Amino acid sequence: MLNYFNPNNILVIINRLRKFVFALFIIVLLIGLFEALVLSPEDYKQSDSVRIMYVHVPSAWISLGIFSLISILSFGILIFKNKNFSLITKSLAPSGFLFNVIALVTGSIWGRPTWGTWWAWDARITSMLLLAIFYLMFILSWRITDDTDKAIKASSVIAIIGLINVPIVKFSVDWWSTLHQPASVNLLKDTTIHSSMLVPLVIMTAAFALFSLLIFLMKYNTELIKIKNKGLDRL
Amino acid sequence: MINEILFMNGYGAYVWSSFIFTLSSFFILYSAIKLQLVKEQKKFDMKFRNLSSEKVELAKKQETYRELLPNTSVSKI
Repeated sequence: MLNYFNPNNILVIINRLRKFVFALFIIVLLIGLFEALVLSPEDYKQSDSVRIMYVHVPSAWISLGIFSLISILSFGILIFKNKNFSLITKSLAPSGFLFNVIALVTGSIWGRPTWGTWWAWDARITSMLLLAIFYLMFILSWRITDDTDKAIKASSVIAIIGLINVPIVKFSVDWWSTLHQPASVNLLKDTTIHSSMLVPLVIMTAAFALFSLLIFLMKYNTELIKIKNKGLDRL
Repeated sequence: MINEILFMNGYGAYVWSSFIFTLSSFFILYSAIKLQLVKEQKKFDMKFRNLSSEKVELAKKQETYRELLPNTSVSKI
């Protein structure tokens, strides 16, 4: 099963997939933007400021999802010593971090008209900031040392410790009284958001997920070529 | 209609700045990663061109290089 993660197989798949993913991303993004900015209705309370949700919420979901994936793969790295997993986690981190920053910045912009402030040290926002710090530490751990084995261990440990923060981000709005509203979209319970807003939200989430996949494929390809460049030096 | 989309009941500045920030971030990250990829591919091309014929044959026999070569300009030599 682990053979699927063999760089040789993945490199062929990456090159076939990349252009297709890019084209699909552009199409889905354009549909999503049209839905979010033109077709979807304004909110009865928040008026048109609710449209910020279509970039803020998918970014938060994806940054959280990517970090969870990085953490789970990090267990695999430490237990099975699988170096391909470390390439995968390293390639996932840039888009995860970017979406984390987008969630924080757009959340801040959304907070100004709805809460009357750009920033509040409440549980959800603070835990999202903490997630960004974990992402940053993960990315920096690869840059600080030239010793690959040390970098793999350090980044894996950071990702595993950061996993503790993931449920805190998710459930912070339920555990503490915060400015942030509770989740409107639930997989296990009833979703309280109207379909006219849910559809653009789902489309924008799909577009953002495709962008993450595209960045992952490009970054993974770059990392493989870097390894092969080192291999050429050793010939 | 266009005014409605632009001003959004007074929230236009907040909504548009959020969307513009998001899309600009996408563009910057995509460009940065693409640049890295092209740089590494060029480095590989350059190194491969400078290999002796013996080492080229040796490299071509390795599975990893066989997978990489069709995607680089080296394959067009």
